[in-house]
Amino acid sequence: MSTRVRTPFKTRQLVLAGIAYLLAMLFLVPYAEMVVTAARPADELLEPTVLPSHWDWSNFTSLWSTGLGGNLRVSLMVATGSTLLVLLAALPAAYYTARRRFRGRTAFLLLVLITQMFQPTAMLVGIYKEFSAFGLTDSVFGLILVNAGFNLAFATWILNAYFASIPVELEEAAMVDGTSRLGALRHITMPLAWPGLVTALIFTFISAWNELVIALILTTTPEKQPLTVALDSFIGGYQIDWGHLFAASAIATIPVIVLFAAIERKVVSGLTAGSIK
Amino acid sequence: MSRTTYRPRLAAAEPLLWLGPAIALIGVVVLTPVVIMVRTAFRKIDSIGFDRGPAGWANFEKVFHEPSLHAVLWRTAFWVVAVVSITLVISLALAALFNQQFPGRRVARWALIAPWAASVFMTAVVFRWMLNPDSGLINVLMHRIGLLDEIGPTVAKADWLGRPDAAMWWMIGVAVFVSLPFTTYALLAGLQAIPSEVYEAARVDGAGPVRTYLHVTLPLLRPAVTVATLINIMNVFNSFPIIWEMTRGGPGDQTATTTVFMYQIKASSIPEAAAMSVVNFGFVVLIVLVFLRASRWQEQVD
Repeated sequence: MSTRVRTPFKTRQLVLAGIAYLLAMLFLVPYAEMVVTAARPADELLEPTVLPSHWDWSNFTSLWSTGLGGNLRVSLMVATGSTLLVLLAALPAAYYTARRRFRGRTAFLLLVLITQMFQPTAMLVGIYKEFSAFGLTDSVFGLILVNAGFNLAFATWILNAYFASIPVELEEAAMVDGTSRLGALRHITMPLAWPGLVTALIFTFISAWNELVIALILTTTPEKQPLTVALDSFIGGYQIDWGHLFAASAIATIPVIVLFAAIERKVVSGLTAGSIK
Repeated sequence: MSRTTYRPRLAAAEPLLWLGPAIALIGVVVLTPVVIMVRTAFRKIDSIGFDRGPAGWANFEKVFHEPSLHAVLWRTAFWVVAVVSITLVISLALAALFNQQFPGRRVARWALIAPWAASVFMTAVVFRWMLNPDSGLINVLMHRIGLLDEIGPTVAKADWLGRPDAAMWWMIGVAVFVSLPFTTYALLAGLQAIPSEVYEAARVDGAGPVRTYLHVTLPLLRPAVTVATLINIMNVFNSFPIIWEMTRGGPGDQTATTTVFMYQIKASSIPEAAAMSVVNFGFVVLIVLVFLRASRWQEQVD
């Protein structure tokens, strides 16, 4: 069928590619520097050199005795918990608003959109007072609640768009064929909405994983802090342990960049309320 | 539509069943804090947290009489305008470049998202490290190409974050750096939504590439630019980790924006911080209203 012939690349394309690669590398410099610093031998930490004379990966192994392993675990629990809670709340809401017209539907979607624009930093004092009153400071559950709350909008929005794009006739046809409503959902709708679901879940996981400000005010006990807050207190100290700081940062950052690459394109439509296709 | 017949009562309750968890979550995490924050701003609360009754507008008066408030407000306006406009200009160029066909485009685009995926906090920390006066990578490279005569712990010129003006520009740079990926991707989505017939028509009319870009591409890109700009304004205004990690808003509050300033006040007086938050929040609501108008979201959900 295809008659496309591969033509050799033109000079113009090669120049463009060259510029693009150069820029792309520039974007990776800070993250490469993270790894380079973590792998510098301790006595070369303050040497004015671009690369160390030899590599020393011991920071990555000695890291686990600094207590940061526990903070990494808190981060993992918070991110996983928030993702599950978002799934639990966003999935039914998104499905229902995509399939039914009911009183209050527009109001609900407006509420979701407004929530998406709000950021926890703007209401720090309110969150702090409310969660202190409920005894939810130093608590994984407290952090799960806040992160889920502020990521719910993105997930609802993107799932709603996916469900709305799946013709209801597909579900109905399956039901005429004797499948139950739940069966139709499982075998017809969910596989089609899968990319939206994956995007929503990864996005929620990453933003809960990266969150700093709320955790900064809600957790004070070092063992109960997620990794971001624990690393922030490194910075506050007199003698900054840069080697371990960046070893932990690299471990926390690189998987996230890879994960994000999987959903890059779909994220934009979720963040812009679909107004740019 | 529905095959089952509900009793009217039950039918009215059905949406609540599906939307209930979402509404509850938004209520507890987003709406309640707003109410508490506004309430706190009008209460008198002592240093150990005891509520000593209504305070009227006293907390707001205290905020408005903060000697540095004026400078902080101007700095915030400058911060938002500088970051958002520089980001937009660079992103327009990046989007135009990454919209071209060239070998390996997909891989290059992946590299572009790194600052978006990584925690802003960690990116800020690396930049702080790279600006370290004695051995920071940026200083080392500037020294090698001759932009800096000498580097070292006592060289004032290399201590970028110690000088408020220089620190501000470096932090603007970092904020631009982390805003570029989203903005570029939003503009790329906008570019891809422009039908190719439009470009063919322009070519038939004899328009060159520059004229085509200015008179065809840019006007059609306007919705994408508007929405991306508004989202950036919101993010940059609320941005906390960059300034916090690089200077802690200091020396003193000389590099603080209203968000960081509010956090600084919180250490001494919660109700005053609440009053400052309410002021911030007013601005946030304003941006949301403009966003709602611009995004034409209702067309999306109908």
